[in-house]
Amino acid sequence: MKPKTMFEKIWESHVVHEEPGKPSLIYIDRHLVHEVTSPQAFESLRLSGRKVRRPELTFATMDHNVPTTLRSLPIVDPISAQQIETLRTNCREFGVTLFDLDSPEQGIVHVIGPELGVTLPGVTLVCGDSHTSTHGAFGALAFGIGTSEVEHVLATQCLLQERPKTFLIEVSGLRPYGVEAKDIILSIIGRIGTGGGTGSVVEYAGDAIRALSVEERMTVCNMSIEGGARAGMIAPDEKTFSYLRGRKYAPKDFDAAVARWKSLPSDPGAAFDRKLAINAATLSPQVTWGTNPGQVVAVDSRVPSPADFADPNDRKSAERALEYMGLKAGTPISDVGVERVFIGSCTNSRIEDLRLAAQFVRGRKVSPKVYAMVVPGSQPVKKRAEEEGLDRIFKEAGFDWRESGCSMCLGMNPDILKPGERCASTSNRNFEGRQGKGGRTHLVSPIMAAAAAIEGHFVDVRQYRSN
Amino acid sequence: MEPFTKLKGIVTLLDLPNVDTDQIIPKQFLKRIERTGFGQYLFYDWRFVDGRELNPDFEMNQARYRGARILTTRANFGCGSSREHAPWSLEDYGFRCIIAPSFADIFYNNCFKNGMLPVQLQEDQVEQIFQRVRRTPGYELAIDLVDQTIKSDDGLEFRFQVDGFRRHCLLNGLDDIGLTLQYDKKISEFERRAAG
Repeated sequence: MKPKTMFEKIWESHVVHEEPGKPSLIYIDRHLVHEVTSPQAFESLRLSGRKVRRPELTFATMDHNVPTTLRSLPIVDPISAQQIETLRTNCREFGVTLFDLDSPEQGIVHVIGPELGVTLPGVTLVCGDSHTSTHGAFGALAFGIGTSEVEHVLATQCLLQERPKTFLIEVSGLRPYGVEAKDIILSIIGRIGTGGGTGSVVEYAGDAIRALSVEERMTVCNMSIEGGARAGMIAPDEKTFSYLRGRKYAPKDFDAAVARWKSLPSDPGAAFDRKLAINAATLSPQVTWGTNPGQVVAVDSRVPSPADFADPNDRKSAERALEYMGLKAGTPISDVGVERVFIGSCTNSRIEDLRLAAQFVRGRKVSPKVYAMVVPGSQPVKKRAEEEGLDRIFKEAGFDWRESGCSMCLGMNPDILKPGERCASTSNRNFEGRQGKGGRTHLVSPIMAAAAAIEGHFVDVRQYRSN
Repeated sequence: MEPFTKLKGIVTLLDLPNVDTDQIIPKQFLKRIERTGFGQYLFYDWRFVDGRELNPDFEMNQARYRGARILTTRANFGCGSSREHAPWSLEDYGFRCIIAPSFADIFYNNCFKNGMLPVQLQEDQVEQIFQRVRRTPGYELAIDLVDQTIKSDDGLEFRFQVDGFRRHCLLNGLDDIGLTLQYDKKISEFERRAAG
């Protein structure tokens, strides 16, 4: 039999209908819903008199708009409050399970899916959110969709999809101290560019990927969309299975499920449309200098000059980015000072991220010129961190410790940068204005963000190794 | 959905690659629960100075582009988030066709769901459009989805490709959900097999 990729196995087992010249009708096993991209979909269902076909496969929470301050206070912004209330009404009316603001399971949709065991190997999973690629870390086919498609899945539990291409990225070698999952994915995006993965599903493989924890794999898959890919995925293994065992929505007959999941990884010799090899041993901690995640360099290098880019589009982008970011070509990255630090987002807000940052922060103080905040990805992450005393470490160092949500990753809630403020952020997008109009975002790993908070500028965390 | 067959209209320019959905419509405008009225917020941080006055340095704001129906821009347009508010705002502003060398996947897909045609051309073809538009105020293009051609009065003629199914849906203004529901029996069969 012809060897198959993991993507092919999942895709082929979910085809409901196929005919030449048309996209395939694919069954969707899990649908996650949040308050921003769903109201118009539910409203259309209502207008056309349609129901949610499989409400038991649909899970909702509010994360984008929610304040990260005390939950008992009312939401100040009336439009945010209305959007949140609309999700409540829709979930009630259509019978969808909602993890509401007062739920002990509330959090960023891409953090709670795996925590609840909603995300499983071999499933197709969608959400009206581009970072749905996160869930591919479990060997799921997971991708973001628009609101029209949200409505389509609600009504039919299916999607019409063109078959994407496959792209294998093999990361081998031992990753040096200070090089985190975030640095792996930023390096990849730096290499392929923000449109490099367009039309493709990426499978990350190789011993450096196998060596990652499940949470680290989520960080890698999360930013697949930043490289333009439809989805990112990693073969499930014992780490995946032990992460999922006992989760609320994990299969009852777990061992039988594990036996099935073991057949998912790509067969030896399976053909990919495209391949790329990366040596993890050569990677350094990364810092973005521009206004897209592909504009990234090693922390021990300098802000590039537009003249460094051969492609005229890249050159023009660099010129504009340097102007927006208020940076001069040739400046050492470690000379770039920050006023804000944000540790959070669906990329880096899980317990291991917080442990890593706290470990660095312990016994140190946030620079007096920096305002730093930690926003746990979910209420379970927050609770766990507090049980481990991480909140005290952060607070004693001068960090603000918040409630869970998307927060300053996109600033739909009150957590935003002021014009001109520079931020070291563990989030996923450094687009112009992303964290607030005129705000300047540098994407980094949690440990790099923690170090920048303490020192007031970017530092190469590798220099602390001997201390 | 309104069918798309032919369109003749003024072309406006956005001379930047990698225009992301945060620029097309900034996050503070995603809180509305309606599908309409997003045009006023399109390219908000670029179009306006301090949120009120039109920014004279933003090319689209020039009087010569008033009433434009076609937007021509550079590679990887619409990258970033899945927000359908991006095509909603472009459509509400007046655009029904966007021409670029490449598009981000989710954005590209979202356009078709809203009766908008994204046209992919070669880099040098897009460059020719840029040059002609800049030379001639009020420059118009005629887009024909039936023939899959772009033509102008000054003799420009390009062919473009659109996937057959998407083209069919756009030409006829078809609603995807209605089409999928024709396969309701097959969906139920799939569900029975999956449960068994």
